[in-house]
Order: sequence, then C-alpha cells, then structure tokens
Amino acid sequence: MPDLIEQLYESIGQNPHEIRDDESIARIEVHKNEVLGVHLVPGLEVDAEETEDGLDAAITVTRGTRIEKPVQVCFGMMPERGLQKIVLDIRIEDEASAAIIAHCTFPFAREITHTMDAEIRVGHGAEYAYFERHVHGPEGGVRIVPKTRVTVEQGGRFSTEFELIKGRVGTIDLELEATCKAHSVMDVKARIGGSGDDRINLNEIGRLIGEGARGALTSHIAVRDAARAEILNTLTASAPFARGHVDCKEIVQDQAVAKAVPVVEVNHPKAHVTHEAAIGSVDTKQLETLMSRGLDEDAAAALIIQGMLN
Amino acid sequence: MGVLDVEGVFLTKNGVPILNGLSLEVWEGHVHAVVGPNGAGKSTAASVIMGLAGYRDFEGDVLLGGESIKDLSVTERGRRGLTLAWQEPARFEGLSVSDFIGATLDGENREVIRESLDMVGLEPDDYIDRAVDKSLSGGERKRIELASILAMNPRVVVMDEPDSGIDVAALEHIFDNLDTLKERNTTVLLITHSPTVLRRAEHAFLMCCGRVVDKGSVERIAPYFEQQCIPCDHKNRPEKDAAGT
Repeated sequence: MPDLIEQLYESIGQNPHEIRDDESIARIEVHKNEVLGVHLVPGLEVDAEETEDGLDAAITVTRGTRIEKPVQVCFGMMPERGLQKIVLDIRIEDEASAAIIAHCTFPFAREITHTMDAEIRVGHGAEYAYFERHVHGPEGGVRIVPKTRVTVEQGGRFSTEFELIKGRVGTIDLELEATCKAHSVMDVKARIGGSGDDRINLNEIGRLIGEGARGALTSHIAVRDAARAEILNTLTASAPFARGHVDCKEIVQDQAVAKAVPVVEVNHPKAHVTHEAAIGSVDTKQLETLMSRGLDEDAAAALIIQGMLN
Repeated sequence: MGVLDVEGVFLTKNGVPILNGLSLEVWEGHVHAVVGPNGAGKSTAASVIMGLAGYRDFEGDVLLGGESIKDLSVTERGRRGLTLAWQEPARFEGLSVSDFIGATLDGENREVIRESLDMVGLEPDDYIDRAVDKSLSGGERKRIELASILAMNPRVVVMDEPDSGIDVAALEHIFDNLDTLKERNTTVLLITHSPTVLRRAEHAFLMCCGRVVDKGSVERIAPYFEQQCIPCDHKNRPEKDAAGT
C-alpha cells in the first residue's frame, strides 16, 4: 500500500520521485490538515500551521530571490468525505521571482469541501506565476471555494491559471480580485470542463489603477449534460494608458446552460478595455473539418473542446 | 462513370436557385478544375459534394465510386475517402498541429505528421506543437490543412480556392503536392476562379449560373474563361436567364 504522499502524486499522474528526489525543486505536500512534506530552497520561506480542518500558511519569496524551478504544491484528500480549508498569505517581495504549480487532488470525492482563502502581494518589479490544476473523481462530490485577493505593485507581473478538466467539477465558486498598480501586468485564466449536474460560478475582478497597468481576464468553459456555468468578469481601468481585455468562451452541449457577463469600465480617457464573449455549441466548420477526415461527430466535438480547454 | 459524379443537382438557398442542374463527372486519378466567375455556384458545389450542413437538401444525386452518398454524413463520406480543403480553413484554439493532423491516424503517427508538414514546406519542429489558431497566418493554416489531407491519403479531395490567401512560394508547395496526390492516384477537384490554378488541372468544367456550361481540356477552357468570363460581370442570376433577360 503506497503511503499518502505516493497516493497523492499517483492521483495526479506524477512520479513522486521525479519531484522529491530533486533537491533543487521546492515542494509542499498537504493531505487534509497534515503537512506531509516540505522542502525549501534558498529565498523561499514557509511558515505553516496545521489547523483543525486544514492549513494556515505564509509563503514568502524574499527580496531579489529568483527561484528557477517552479515550487510544487500538492493539496489533497484521499477519503471520500471531508473538509479542507487552506489559508495562504503569499508575499513575493520586491524584485523576486517565483512560480508555483499547485495540484489539488480529490480522486475519490463524494462529499468534500475544499476552500482556499489566499492573500497575495506581488512586490515592486516582482514576478509571480501560479498554476492550479484540479484532479477530481468521477462522482462530482466536491465543492471548491477559492477566494483570492491580489495586489500587484508597480512593475510587478502576476499570472494565474486555474484548470479543472479532469474528473467532475462538482461545484466551484471561484472569486478573484486583483488590483494592479503602475506598469504592472496581470493575466488571469480559467479553463474548466463541467458535466453531469456540475455548477461553475466564476467571479473575477481586475482593477487597473496604475498608469500603464495591463490586464487580461480569460475564461474558457465547456459544459455538457445538465451542467451550468455563470461567468462574471469585471475589468476596470482608471489610469492613463491602462489596457485591459476580457475574453470569455463557453461551449454548451446537451441540456447545459452557460451565461457570461463581461463588465468593462473605463474611468480615464486614455485607458482602454476591450471584451469578447462567445457562447454556443461547437463550431460547425470546425466539426465538419474533422468529420471530413473521418472522425465521428462526438469524437470531433471532444477534440475541439479538449483544444479549447488545453 | 467517374470516381465522383454529380448528377443533375438543383439547390435553392433562401428562395434563390444556386445550383441549376449541375452535373460533373470526375475521373479517378486525374486533376480536374471547376472554374467560373464569383457567384457561379462553385463553392456551393463543393459543399454539396461533401454534404455540409445546409447543403444536404437538394434534387439530384452525388455518387462516389458509383454509389450514392447523398444520405451519408460528412463522417461517412470522409471514411470512404472523400474530403474537402476549405477556402478558409477553420481555426482550432488550443488544438495542436500534431493533434489536428493526427486526428484520424492510427497508432504511432508522429512520423507521418512530420512527413506531411515537410511536404507542404513547413518545418516540422517549428509547427508540430503549435496550435491551429489565430497565431498562424491564413497561408500557414492552409498548408497545415493540406498536410492533414496528405496524412489522410484520401481517394478524392475537393480543394476550394487553394490559392486563396497564400503567397507565391506557398502556392508552389501546393502545386507540388498536387503532383504528389496525382502520383498517389488521388483524384483532385480544384474549385477556382484563378487562371493560374486552372492551368494546373488536366480537365476543366466551366460553371455559370449554377450549372456546367462547358467542359473539356484546360487548353480549351482556360482561354475562354480568361477572355470571356473574367471581364464578364454576369452573376448568378438564373431567374433572369430563365426569363430571357
């Protein structure tokens, strides 16, 4: 019987030795409220406290530190039922640079709630990339509630990508608020595939308050069966030369329902924000192109959706 | 009887007749061209042959290898070796060139995909992992589509305006691949209003007002098309023709 760490890694399709045997890769592994492993590299500080239902952690990348390899984080629960509450306070200090790849895995979930409450500060001239991949089981018994507040200081760069395309979504209520100061950049992406009676609710807000700040909110969602998705993207630009874009694409199949509400607000005559939203079935021309090569309609649709979510 | 036959097809869209008794006999292993002015119904003919949505309700018949394919889906037509290269190929956000070309290939196909890209003049290492999306130019997508057809190795390919949106160098690659298709005994039906493309064919059909008004060797059809049809402002107005106006 593999230990918990091995089970976590196996559930996300990774060989634990590839990560754990490499001393140059920082990592944090958490099962429910138990820290199973922590390995740090110079300039990365982690202060983690196990709580009754999860973890309260402060992660700091110290000033000027550039962490070459992405920090590997694994949050998971192997049981079918339970609660995991993660509270994160992430500080990327001035001129520092780091990337985190986070895997959230609940492969056998029937009744699991996973909440994440994250406060992120990206310092002056700092760079922070956060990629979060969820692996869920086939039952859909997961409720995911990530809430993130981000401040990107002058000249900072923040990118985040949320991916949930393996297994059933269950319910997700994702909220993100990012405030970008002068000449900073934010790039927020979500790619989610829902089926069954999944419920997907995204509420992303970007505020471009500094001169020359740039930001993009991108959501690519596919829903089928009786799944429902509601995407609310709000992007506000209130400084000269602030530039923003909202992009929401949703593919709907079967009895699924999708709704997109892009809100763009410009409060300065030299700011500019654009948006595009497309909701509909799989594009006929794309389908027929693949079908004319001999693919059946379902396989063609699956390939197109897989591409959009990739 | 040809490998592909279009027999007396009449098709109306939004009350307007588009095809008016179109008949084509396309011979196996040959390169044919359907030529005619804008609005003659050439692209509609391609859509009818491939059975695309909105082009399946018509009078007449389409036969592949002597068997009617009128009631077959696009997929079934594709599986029988009939395929279409679109005038403007679709974009597939996030779908890699490798997955697009390899979509219908069995088993280990990486080499076939690389060979196909090489044949259309695209460096495999530069393209195989790129997405077939708006980051590619129209000409690049056109060549990638042709690569997917070469990988499929079809029996009959209909190429709708193969020179549309591509530069001279890319067009040469497409012409080279016409030769490759012919060597493989693939039948090619070029849909074009370009004299340059027309002259790469062996046989030509001249279309006007939704029907073939002449057919024969390219040597005979091309001069007539260039001298009479290109300057002619006659459009697809069969209702006026019928009234003798």
